[in-house]
Amino acid sequence: MSRLPVNKTAKVYVGGAFIRSESNRVYPLKDAGGAFYANIPQCTRKDLRNAVEAAAKAGPGWAKRTAYNRGQILYRLGEMLEARKAEMADAVAVGGAGKAAAAREVAVAVDRLIYYAGWADKYEQVLGNVNPVAAPYFNFTVTEPMGIVGVIAPDEAPILGLISLLAPVIVSGNTAIALASEKQPFPAIVLGEMLATSDLPGGVVNLLTGFRKEMVPTFASHSHIRALAGVAGAEDRKTLRLGAAESIKRARLIKAEDKTDWSAASAQSLYAIRDFLEFKTTWHPIGA
Amino acid sequence: MAILTQDKRKAAGRNGRPLPELIFGDLWEFDPAPESADPKLKARYDLFVGGDFVAPKSGRYFDSVSPGNEQKLAEIALAGPADVDAAYQAARRAFEGPWGRMPGRERAKYLFRIARLLQERAREFAVAESLDGGKPIKESRDFDVPMAAAHFFYHAGWADKLEYVAPGRKVAPLGVVGQVIPWNFPLLMLAWKLAPALAMGNTVVLKPAETTSITALKLAEIIQDAGLPPGVVNFVTGAGETGAAVMNHPTPAKVAFTGSTEVGKIILRALAGTEKKLTMELGGKAANIIFDDAPIGQAVEGIINGIFFNQGHVCCAGSRLLVHEPVAEEVVAKLRQRIRVLRVGDPLDKNTDIGAINSREQLEKIRALVDSGVKEGAQLFQPLCRLPSKGWYFRPTLFTEVTQSHRIAREEIFGPVLSILTFRTVEEAVEKANNTAYGLSAGVWTDKGSRILKMSTELKAGVVWANTYNKFDPASPFGGYKESGFGREGGRQGLLDYAQLA
Amino acid sequence: MPSPAPKAYARLLDEVGPVDAVGIEERVAKYATRSIKKSAKVWGLKAAVSMVDLTTLEGKDTPGKVASLCRKALRPHDDEGVPAVAAVCVYPSMVRHAKSHVADTGVKVASVATAFPSGQAPLKTRLAEVRAAVADGADEIDMVINRGAFLAGEFGEVQDEISAVVEACGDAALKVILEVSELETYDSIRLASFLAMRVIREGDFIKTSTGKTSLNATLGNNQVMIEAIRDFYLDAGVAIGMKPAGGIRSAKQALQFLIAVKETLGDAWLTNERYRFGASSLLNDLLRQLERERTGAYQAPYYFSEAAESY
Repeated sequence: MSRLPVNKTAKVYVGGAFIRSESNRVYPLKDAGGAFYANIPQCTRKDLRNAVEAAAKAGPGWAKRTAYNRGQILYRLGEMLEARKAEMADAVAVGGAGKAAAAREVAVAVDRLIYYAGWADKYEQVLGNVNPVAAPYFNFTVTEPMGIVGVIAPDEAPILGLISLLAPVIVSGNTAIALASEKQPFPAIVLGEMLATSDLPGGVVNLLTGFRKEMVPTFASHSHIRALAGVAGAEDRKTLRLGAAESIKRARLIKAEDKTDWSAASAQSLYAIRDFLEFKTTWHPIGA
Repeated sequence: MAILTQDKRKAAGRNGRPLPELIFGDLWEFDPAPESADPKLKARYDLFVGGDFVAPKSGRYFDSVSPGNEQKLAEIALAGPADVDAAYQAARRAFEGPWGRMPGRERAKYLFRIARLLQERAREFAVAESLDGGKPIKESRDFDVPMAAAHFFYHAGWADKLEYVAPGRKVAPLGVVGQVIPWNFPLLMLAWKLAPALAMGNTVVLKPAETTSITALKLAEIIQDAGLPPGVVNFVTGAGETGAAVMNHPTPAKVAFTGSTEVGKIILRALAGTEKKLTMELGGKAANIIFDDAPIGQAVEGIINGIFFNQGHVCCAGSRLLVHEPVAEEVVAKLRQRIRVLRVGDPLDKNTDIGAINSREQLEKIRALVDSGVKEGAQLFQPLCRLPSKGWYFRPTLFTEVTQSHRIAREEIFGPVLSILTFRTVEEAVEKANNTAYGLSAGVWTDKGSRILKMSTELKAGVVWANTYNKFDPASPFGGYKESGFGREGGRQGLLDYAQLA
Repeated sequence: MPSPAPKAYARLLDEVGPVDAVGIEERVAKYATRSIKKSAKVWGLKAAVSMVDLTTLEGKDTPGKVASLCRKALRPHDDEGVPAVAAVCVYPSMVRHAKSHVADTGVKVASVATAFPSGQAPLKTRLAEVRAAVADGADEIDMVINRGAFLAGEFGEVQDEISAVVEACGDAALKVILEVSELETYDSIRLASFLAMRVIREGDFIKTSTGKTSLNATLGNNQVMIEAIRDFYLDAGVAIGMKPAGGIRSAKQALQFLIAVKETLGDAWLTNERYRFGASSLLNDLLRQLERERTGAYQAPYYFSEAAESY
């Protein structure tokens, strides 16, 4: 008799811990063949609220890490993903992608992490500057992270899309609460396990699974979330922007209908980092 | 103007002698020194659309009144939706036509021309600005107008160097841009908006604030004199409805707004279903933080400049003073002395330090908030300076014994009213400073360099003034964190907000 | 020689507080934008005349030159409405000549002393010079501080020397010259002001400069010193006077200095008992501008006596 495999209980990674939804609700994930694969936590707005609290706790410390250190941690995450790429490719394949395509997606996701890891101690040099003001002042503009960023992952490229959105957000010291693809959540479940073994402090990235329809309004309205990064259809974009208006949240939304090619070189950019930075300008007199 | 003191401090000092006091009286009273340059106003201003002054389709006009004496200055055209539409059509034609095709070096020359023509007519513009808006002539003359010219001059030089704005990427103009600006720095805000938009190759429809349209329409004369192609810049005048029409029109690829957070939110909601790019420069409630090792004399000047510059009608005004407890008494005493020397009155008098409140409505708002401060238990101090009998004026005001929960410590007053709070430690200062939904600016005063950099890092504000306050420059990006808005104006960062990455 | 107290400079700076140079420059730039017209201008010009220490400090000074200066000091102009100046300021050897012309007129005789302008003579010699000038009739003594000691942090020595001069002055008022150009920074000017004020008497003055170095009175160092006077007064209750000297040549400049006084120290310092200008050519420009206000016509410089301009 062949051995019965031990199935993994899917848990989401929030505040450095693996949890199921506070509601205890789950929804069944089926594989491409229609067979039951796993029960996915159906996170609620309370889970989102808790994730925001976790991010708020982790944020100041993460932002204070040196850029060099943040770069190393992102690189380490790349190492983790590289080492467990087969497992991640399997998770991607649950959604129906062929083995080769899934492996390709994971490889690009690793490269994407490496790309952003390298930016950690450089973007400031490119985006900030000293300003030659017409008075005896030393005036300089630096970048700072915005704070807590809500990330809404696309359905296509469930791991590459998620990482392409997450990495530029966290590399500068922001924290993130990401909603995984509703249709293909399993790579996010696996990513949580890799995050836990990387050196990323708990709470910097919080991954939620669940129904968009339930979660998007809270992403929109939670005023402690300072910015939104995500892929959304027209209706969700409007919901997110309406909610964002109430607390002047920055919304950087990619149209779902544009069908972004996440494996393209154009899907990674210095300006994706810039989108989640504030610019701070400091003046100081020059005098003895 | 005799300056009386309302300081009730009568307690005897050491040795039973009365405490020494300085007398800021009328021994040497200054004669009126009105600025006499002719502002060259027209009796009636039409809309500026497609390079021409055109009558509004509605045929309606409204009065622009001088806040200094409540006299009517001119009639201003009221733009309706059809006028706004015509302006956008003109802007689109200009973008698809000559302006869109023009090489950057030629656009640059137009902007240089505007800067020069404005410098040549600087005094005339300064007088018009003070008449229409109520700000002291010395500010419009020494700050608003020269700084507006500087913005055109700075951005002109960018127009043919745009490949350096976004390293690694090519930039392109967005197209037509809609802009709505406030009444506190009418010409300067207009320059902040126009110069980067035009340098980047966009065309513009702009609405000035209804109480301060005149210098925009005078700038339209300069735009004509500069020979700018018709439709590159269009000015539509009117109040909130006109502004809504400018913001909600389908044509602009981007809208930029400077004004209150309240109106900013309305605009954001209205545009939620569109893909328009936005920048918002909204309200503030800046903390100005004084440590005990600060250069106190200059800090006092910085506090005064921070809150009384332009009657406090400044989004980045240092309206919350946070004083380190060891020096709180000294700082407050010096502030009381200092505000006795401030001269409140006729905006056109060259010696006026605090001019007129921009509108009756704003004056009422300031009064209501000051009343709330008194009711909530804060201690009010005002010098008993005489105010002109006509016009809208408000005495410079200090509130002590203010707590974090008072309305005057939380809400933007947009007037010459300073709320004074104290703190004991660096951490407490940071917490109090950041305890607001706003995040536009902050001030820090200390002689310790490393503390300045620490504070500058911790304060959630887009501009941090260390050992100074209220400094501006076209090369220096300006804009807020949190609910003070997003996007920057000025510098390389500001330009990118008028571009798309190719 | 006394050794400096450890960290004397840092400790005093901590006590009296630092000055931000750019902030001071910005403050005083605003004085220059004040517009003084008509009767306010006449008042200011006359006040300035009354505050002038009309000065001649040249190697070639003679009793004759001093006599002529005194006549000018007593009656600067034909116009009766123009007041006399505050004092004539001369070298010690000229004191008795000056005194003979202005005794009992209200115009004081001020004498520079203490090995002016360098101060580089033994203390004994400097004190003897002060006593001699006072004996010859000097009402006021302008001394220089020991900059070398100040810069070396030997504040005790600086103050002891000033105290000794105070004693040598007797009833004569003392003006303590900081020689700001040699102190260099605004912080040092503020510190030196406090050192001096703590050992001089109500009615004594602090003064910017000798007029013999590259940089003299500016609105900036005047501001630092009058703020020090204000802070000292509010703290100790002792009103010290101020004398900017050297470099103030035009009426326009003088009015700016007076505006600084009005807005920093207030009305009580708008008197020659508490504010002086150490100047020589300033007086004639004040007179020219007064005459311009009176007649409405701009005046040629050679209409006024003792004019240096010959063109």
